[in-house]
Amino acid sequence: MTMTVGQQLITIGAVALGTVLTRFLPFLLFPPNHQTPKFIRYLGAVLPSAVLGMLVVYSLKDVTLLAGNHGAPELLAVAAVIALHLWKRQMLLSIAGGTAVYMLLVQFVF
Amino acid sequence: MSEKEKTIKTAFKAAFPLTIPIMAGFLFLGLAYGIYMNVSGFAFWYPMLMSLIIFAGSVEFVAVGWLLGAFAPVSALLLTLMINARHLFYGLSLLDKYNVPGKKKYYLIFGMCDESFSINCTAKIPQGVDKGWFMFFVTLLNQIYWVAGATAGGLFGSLVRFDTTGLEFVMTALFVVIFLEQWRKEKNHGSSLLGLGLSLICLILFKGANFILPSMCSIFGALTLLRRPLEKAGEGQ
Repeated sequence: MTMTVGQQLITIGAVALGTVLTRFLPFLLFPPNHQTPKFIRYLGAVLPSAVLGMLVVYSLKDVTLLAGNHGAPELLAVAAVIALHLWKRQMLLSIAGGTAVYMLLVQFVF
Repeated sequence: MSEKEKTIKTAFKAAFPLTIPIMAGFLFLGLAYGIYMNVSGFAFWYPMLMSLIIFAGSVEFVAVGWLLGAFAPVSALLLTLMINARHLFYGLSLLDKYNVPGKKKYYLIFGMCDESFSINCTAKIPQGVDKGWFMFFVTLLNQIYWVAGATAGGLFGSLVRFDTTGLEFVMTALFVVIFLEQWRKEKNHGSSLLGLGLSLICLILFKGANFILPSMCSIFGALTLLRRPLEKAGEGQ
């Protein structure tokens, strides 16, 4: 490990600070008893969908499509998650099942 | 029993059943996170501390890589702001709801994760149940599950005998499932498709973690430009 414990604690503190900021900022910018601008209300309603789509892409950012196994285990495991979820709609089952498929694929197939 | 104790007990009884699926999910994901930290060479108190003071699953997973790399707290702070920027939009959706009396409000905001947000935003709280205490217990119970899972994973991860290669996929699976749930709820998929498509384009253009900021800018720009058609299609209401 290249960092000292102190440096690691500072890093953890930075992550905690950044997280707290993202959570408190809207409440500080738009305090109670103030009319929130219409545009902000619109954003609050449409952004979650877009951001969740971005998070899916974010979690797959290290996949190499043009080399190695061309992202096949990731694509197959994502397909398994989607299939399981459309079939049973049990959040935990979809997550556990898809992860098991992925682990089997990267450990034994690819 | 005093009036206040009764209020608190009623709220707890109403909140707990709704958190049971999250108990299963968070114990599992927290355990996976704790094991991931353990096999990356960290003592149990790292996942315990991080789940307590950060309490944001995705960034906690990503931070494992930062802790193993070179010391760069400013970049960690900036990346955290980008990854967790979605909280801004949760906050915007909960401005009125989280405006409850007392100091509980601050904990509600501190503990606002994807799951607590989705319950508190959508739950039909029964009549006679105090809204503030109800949302407080949803948030608190969820954090207890997460911290317990992460700590247990950190403590017992070394006892895990099976090959954990690929376990990190739980994060991807979680996001895919949350995305699907959101997809089912919405009348129109314009915003979901914009988020997915623009991020994908930015990932191809900018490669690696650098794609987050251009993605957010292009999403913000597209949603701003497409406000009229999206509102007409029934989004943003």
